[in-house]
Amino acid sequence: MTPLQYYLALAAALFAVGAWGVVARRNIILVVMCLELMLNAVNIALAAFSNYSAIGPGRGEVFVFIVLAVAAAEVAVGLAIGIAMYRLRERLDVDELDDLKG
Amino acid sequence: MKAVVLLIPLLPLVSFVFTGLLGRRYLKEKSHYASVAAVAISWLLSMYVFIQVERGQTLSWQIYSWIAVGHFSVDIGFLVDELTAIMLLVVATVGFMVHVYSIGYMHGDKGYYRFFAYINLFMFSMFMLVLANNYLLLYVFWEAVGLCSYLLIAFWFPKVSASNAGMKAFLVNRVGDFGFSLGIMLIFVTLGTLSYSGVFAAAGGLSGGMVTAICLLLFTGAVGKSAQFPLHVWLPDAMEGPTPVSSLIHAATMVNAGVYMVARSNPLFAHSHTAMLVVAIIGTFTAIFAATIAMVQTDIKKVLAYSTVSQLGYMFMALGVGAWTAAMFHLLVHGFFKGLLFLCSGSVIHAMGGEQDMLKMGGLRKKIKITYWTFLIGALALSGFPGLSGFFSKDAVLAGAFDGGYYYFWIVAVITVFLTAFYSFRLIFLTFFNEPRDARLFAHAHESPWVMTVPLIVLAVPTVGAGLLLGVPPESGHIDHLLHGVFAAAIHAPAHEFGLLSASLMAFSAAVGIAGILLAWHFYLRCPWLPAKACKRSGRLYTLLLNKYYIDEIYFAVIINPVRRFSGWLWRIVDTGVIDGAVNGAGWLAVGAGRAFRPIQSGKIQGYLFAMMLGLLALLAVYLILTL
Repeated sequence: MTPLQYYLALAAALFAVGAWGVVARRNIILVVMCLELMLNAVNIALAAFSNYSAIGPGRGEVFVFIVLAVAAAEVAVGLAIGIAMYRLRERLDVDELDDLKG
Repeated sequence: MKAVVLLIPLLPLVSFVFTGLLGRRYLKEKSHYASVAAVAISWLLSMYVFIQVERGQTLSWQIYSWIAVGHFSVDIGFLVDELTAIMLLVVATVGFMVHVYSIGYMHGDKGYYRFFAYINLFMFSMFMLVLANNYLLLYVFWEAVGLCSYLLIAFWFPKVSASNAGMKAFLVNRVGDFGFSLGIMLIFVTLGTLSYSGVFAAAGGLSGGMVTAICLLLFTGAVGKSAQFPLHVWLPDAMEGPTPVSSLIHAATMVNAGVYMVARSNPLFAHSHTAMLVVAIIGTFTAIFAATIAMVQTDIKKVLAYSTVSQLGYMFMALGVGAWTAAMFHLLVHGFFKGLLFLCSGSVIHAMGGEQDMLKMGGLRKKIKITYWTFLIGALALSGFPGLSGFFSKDAVLAGAFDGGYYYFWIVAVITVFLTAFYSFRLIFLTFFNEPRDARLFAHAHESPWVMTVPLIVLAVPTVGAGLLLGVPPESGHIDHLLHGVFAAAIHAPAHEFGLLSASLMAFSAAVGIAGILLAWHFYLRCPWLPAKACKRSGRLYTLLLNKYYIDEIYFAVIINPVRRFSGWLWRIVDTGVIDGAVNGAGWLAVGAGRAFRPIQSGKIQGYLFAMMLGLLALLAVYLILTL
């Protein structure tokens, strides 16, 4: 059986890629996609923990479905923001959203 | 009697509120109706009270318990005895006449209603001052009359000199009032009470030093209010106010408050020989000091102002040598004739279209007859001409000094009589005799309307008659009997018979007064070129007198300018440097800090997120390091 660490390493790598994308990318679509990547990294970790823990398989996967449902809603909101932003500014660069600047 | 006494101060107060509130909009030219009516009634009531007191009916009435803390209590209450009655007589009579006179004098002034409102407030305060039955109430109204004095000196406040004179009066009085308040506190601390009766009953139990301290502090207040040296400087400047004010407040009533207060405190002063001596020295010195200045002044009101200072000095000398009755007698009589003289000078100024310089007058005798005759009567009374009121009161003061064995004071006072007669008639001769020195002003000169001349005639009556009525025979006249009870504690020696010595002293002082008049006549009528020559001959002395002994300049050099420089230093270094520096520094610190930290708030969400992640990682790292 593949050791747990492998799965966790994959999840961590995926999470890091997602986090990098959220921080570094300028296009709002890419930012939202990277956010999804981070969520899925967590999903992998949850599923892996579920299979390796003492409480037995199946329990942890429930969380994955909840996360997927929330992620779907979140993507809907995120893309709506993207559309609203495009209508307002005709660009999708998140750097433009600096109205809160002190 | 109670209702009457209560109404005396209350009517002017009601009229003050009425005139003050409605005067500007509604009463305007009719502002004097209520105030003159109120004071007229107060005058009638004061007369009634005086007659009642004369018949032996006095009143001590506690109306309201004002402050009651533990054993200490201060009442609002009235004490009406012979001393109060005499003060009421002066205040009400001169007050009433000045009110009537002001109708004419202030006619057409922009502040007509304001004038009557203020002067009513003054009447209220002054009545309360003499009616009060304890030191605290006295002090309250002592300050209130000071306030009215300030308001009325600076009545024409757009004029810089007038508003400065008002401030000067207020500030100089503060110096005296500070001492007065300390004296009252000392009385409270040592005796635990402030009512006259309580204080005087307990005065005997105080140590000698303490009584002297209390008396000297109280006297400091009197020095300020009654314009004695060295706090006399405000009174001549107070002449910037309208002339009726000079007459009422700065000649006949308020400035007498100091004399009244010392006379009222006679049971205290009787216990301190030192304090009495100080009172006598200050009084005598001020009398001759001010009289010499009055000799060379050319402003008609300034002459009278210095004369007032000098006469107040007489009163204090009388108090100091123990001639209490004589002091009050002189106060009463001086109130009448000096009030009259000021009103006359107002009439002259009115006639000359506002000119106050005597050197531009002359020859007015024929043009303003009523003013001339009343002025002459006043000046004769001031000079102590035999038969007139001033003669008897002044002689009572001189006799008091002589009988008490204060011969040096007596000599100085006699010299002052001479100077007084001289400057009074210098004023008369310069103003009313010779040829007019300013033809244009002279051509315009006219007698004042009857509202102004009638008060002159009315005041001339007591100026002539009060002495004969109250002061004859000398030293045991009506006023001596009247005031005997009030000063019983302070007068030890029984009044001796009026003998040959007293009569010859009286004749001597009368002769000195007449000599002064003759000298003035010689200088200003017979040989009019003499004054200029005398001025040249006396050179420096003349300059010294003309500049009022440089007292104002000395105060500027010693007190005012150093204080100003110190204030300037405080302002520039401490205020703008340290205090403003600290406050502004705090502001700049906040601005600087904001500027330094502002780049962090870029508004870019990704930047925030990155920072958040770094923070999270840092926390995680710390956690790992601590657990492993």
